[in-house]
Amino acid sequence: MATYLVKVFISYRKGILDPQGVAVEKAAHQLGFTKVRNVRVGKYITMEIEADSPEEVKREIEEMAKKFLVNPVIEEYTYEIEEVKR
Amino acid sequence: MKFGIPVYPGSNCDRDVGWVVEKVLGHEAVYLWHGEKNLKGVDCVIIPGGFSYGDYLRPGAMAKLSPVTEAICEFAERGGLVMGICNGFQILLETGLLPGAMLPNKTLSFICKFVHLRIENNQTPFTSLYRKGEVVRIPIAHAEGNYTCPPETLKEIEENGQVVVRYSSPSGEVSEKFNPNGSLNNIAGICNRRGNVFGLMPHPERASEAILGSTDGLKMFQSIVEGVVRA
Repeated sequence: MATYLVKVFISYRKGILDPQGVAVEKAAHQLGFTKVRNVRVGKYITMEIEADSPEEVKREIEEMAKKFLVNPVIEEYTYEIEEVKR
Repeated sequence: MKFGIPVYPGSNCDRDVGWVVEKVLGHEAVYLWHGEKNLKGVDCVIIPGGFSYGDYLRPGAMAKLSPVTEAICEFAERGGLVMGICNGFQILLETGLLPGAMLPNKTLSFICKFVHLRIENNQTPFTSLYRKGEVVRIPIAHAEGNYTCPPETLKEIEENGQVVVRYSSPSGEVSEKFNPNGSLNNIAGICNRRGNVFGLMPHPERASEAILGSTDGLKMFQSIVEGVVRA
């Protein structure tokens, strides 16, 4: 058994209008950051998982995403896994 | 008849719905705690508004995992009548009983005001006492009521008459000007293909007595009673 740190990044899918992203982009432009484009606001979730292998962690995360972590109608996600050295 | 009202941590319109059922309609209301899987033999479930589980993760995302929600899904699959109001609608979307999802309002603000709705389909158990095209005045109170779904789903629900109510002007004009939250095609409420599951963002229970400023929502509850009692 090892402990793995998992970082999950959730954002709206392409083509889904992100009202928060639009507001942040407008604010950036008003402040003079005129080159800013395509701002998207998402969620960042971290968790630790005890598992025998990174493959097992991957299965857990994908199952969780399917069950409730992500709403596939509007969201997509990526994740990173790293072993925690104690 | 007997109405079941699930109560999640954070529900806050459960008593309002119960009041309409008991005091205005004169029927029985039973509250169903979120941890229970027993629907106590109810004829219809009304999932109330509020902020179940604090809207953590996404509105309705936690509530869909509750034992009572599992029982409601089984009830709906057997043809039972289920109506979701506001957060109740969001929960129905998260369970997949209704298609689509909610985004934050285009205004990025919580909107609490009376709006006008056009009845698009009066052939459902929830709208049978309205005329098709009738315009009603019912309040909304939400931050995430910006309905969205994939283009193929939109086409399907439009063609099947699953769009039950739309945001409109007082005279029934449907346009972006009368769309409070950015919802696709001004959608305020939809039903499933079979017609036994209905979700809407506006609050009919807050428009069921003259003292509240409108009685236009009452016919939704009366339609349900009419259908069940007649059957």
